[in-house]
Amino acid sequence: MIEIKDLKARVEEKEILKGLNLNIGPGEVHAIMGPNGAGKSTLGNVLAGREGYEVTGGSATLNGKDILDLDPEERAREGLFLAFQYPVEIPGVSNLEFLKASVDAVREQQGKPALDSVQFLKLAREKCKAVNLDQSFLKRGVNEGFSGGEKKRNELMQMMLLEPSLCILDETDSGLDIDALQVVAEGVNAMRDENRSFIVVTHYQRLLDYIVPDYVHVLANGRIVKSGGKELALELEEKGYGWLENGNGNGAE
Amino acid sequence: MAAEFITKQLELAKSVSSLTWLGAINERGQRAFAEATVPTRKTEAWKYTSLYNLTETGFANAAPAAQAHADVIPGLQALRIVVANGELDTAASDAAALELVVRFRDARPEQQEAIRALLGEVKADRGHLFADLNDASINDGLFVLVEKNQRLEHPLHIVYANTSGDEAFTVNTRLLIALEQGAEATVIEHYSGDDTEAGKQNNFTNAVTEIRVGDNAKLVHYRLQLMAESAFHIGGTFIDLQRDARYEGFHLGMGTTLTRNDVVVNHNVGGSHCQMNGVYVPQNQQVVDFHTCVEHKVAHCTTDEVFRGIMNDKAKAIFNGRIHIHPDAQKTLAELSNKNLLLTNTAEINTKPELEIYADDVQCAHGATVAQLEEKARFYLQSRGISAAEAEVMLSFGFINELLNDLNDEAVGLWLRPQLAKRFGREDTLSAQLTGEL
Repeated sequence: MIEIKDLKARVEEKEILKGLNLNIGPGEVHAIMGPNGAGKSTLGNVLAGREGYEVTGGSATLNGKDILDLDPEERAREGLFLAFQYPVEIPGVSNLEFLKASVDAVREQQGKPALDSVQFLKLAREKCKAVNLDQSFLKRGVNEGFSGGEKKRNELMQMMLLEPSLCILDETDSGLDIDALQVVAEGVNAMRDENRSFIVVTHYQRLLDYIVPDYVHVLANGRIVKSGGKELALELEEKGYGWLENGNGNGAE
Repeated sequence: MAAEFITKQLELAKSVSSLTWLGAINERGQRAFAEATVPTRKTEAWKYTSLYNLTETGFANAAPAAQAHADVIPGLQALRIVVANGELDTAASDAAALELVVRFRDARPEQQEAIRALLGEVKADRGHLFADLNDASINDGLFVLVEKNQRLEHPLHIVYANTSGDEAFTVNTRLLIALEQGAEATVIEHYSGDDTEAGKQNNFTNAVTEIRVGDNAKLVHYRLQLMAESAFHIGGTFIDLQRDARYEGFHLGMGTTLTRNDVVVNHNVGGSHCQMNGVYVPQNQQVVDFHTCVEHKVAHCTTDEVFRGIMNDKAKAIFNGRIHIHPDAQKTLAELSNKNLLLTNTAEINTKPELEIYADDVQCAHGATVAQLEEKARFYLQSRGISAAEAEVMLSFGFINELLNDLNDEAVGLWLRPQLAKRFGREDTLSAQLTGEL
């Protein structure tokens, strides 16, 4: 699915990722945890191709294709999806128009036939319902005036519409109350299948109670310093990240 | 040529048969216009707007009588009036609309009185030489009176449709709108035309509109300028707000080679509110100039003014937004925002918000920005598979679509949206199509 090798990246002059290795197979859910400033969000932004995040070494191969030279939209069409920590509000651009443009672009790349507006509307309504968003959100500007929870559900709806092969959830739990968290987690779980993989970036173990990962990695100082099963998250919760700094990292690469 | 422009236009003004009861205003206008000089770039208010092409062409011919094709706004239930080359086209207008509107030429004596009581009074001495030219030339016009507590159920839609003539000609139009106490109305001033062969225009429209919104009355006013790119348009809109009056305006500058619009709003008595939005989208080598001025003469009035522009190709826009808060205008709340997007390196915007405050207990804010599109928003769209180029189009359009979304009459928004979208390379707007189905 995705193979990240010795990935190094910097933002402005600051080196953030310092040789990160990660292999994710089809259908697997990998959680990435770590202290503030470890490079968790940078990883998502680098993989999605955000301007200003400069790759200085290494590779990232999605379904056999090196994606680091691709434009952000090309990566999306190749099946990569980044669910934003802070989805952007774009007043004046209707959510519906945005979703249609996005689905059209991705379907075209995948060689699927374009949906006409009636088919699309039917699909969009269906997904709205699935994430428990009122249909009126389709008419509104992209994320315009949405609450934190509504924004995350809108991200989830986009994910459902685009059916990506790799989903990166960047601190999806931030700003969510427990009910909204459950809705989002249920949506993510419903999308899990043998061909779709997830990278779940989070600070807290709480999200992982709902989205149970196959693997947990700890990212610190630009590298994965420890990897394990889902129980690692519990251990971290109990002992804190400081525990790793005291020589308990396994330097998993 | 500038001096010749004055002479020729003055001759033209004098040559039209005038209405005797408007003689005084004609004379006053002719006197003022005769003394006028065409402003140059040294004149502050015209610093960025050259009148060279206008005066060079001259336009010193009377408009030919014609039937013109007038645009319809689909789905808009309105009382429709068509004015072709400056002449009321009764055949093309709705009977109910003709009952509401008084044509100056047909005014009965008491209506003449009512017209004279307002004409030139709202404008006062605030107009420039083109308003004087309009005064000098008036021999017809439309008077809309909405009586006390009357509420117009449907908008009044006045379409000014011009043709092209063998020679370039001038059309002076005059509109007078009075809402009496407690009245409510929507008036759409619509200057139409297109760039098909049939829609081509070689004319200069010089339009003056005077509006008085009475105590506790409310006017929704659209001034849509969608003339052919070959035409010229100079407009003066003057608005008096009486006690607790409410004005909601939307001003669009889209057509013509050169557009200059002056909008003056007077808060005269107190408690009045002015919401004024505007959009300009010049392309190619179009020049569009908005000069707005809101006079807070008295206390407890509010103004919220938002203008946005997108300039493409080698087009140029000028926005000068003045808010003048007089010494007695305590407790004023006024906000002015002007945001601009330049789509090319050759497009130009000259923006100047001017706040003049002579009272101390007021809340005022203004801001003008010239921006490229926001990186965050663009990345968000791209991260969903949308190309950079399409993202740019969507965001540019979204920038003005925000103001279209605020229009009271949905049919107007639905009709304008695809036309504006087309300016940004979109043949069809999905959102109109899709939202129609929601």
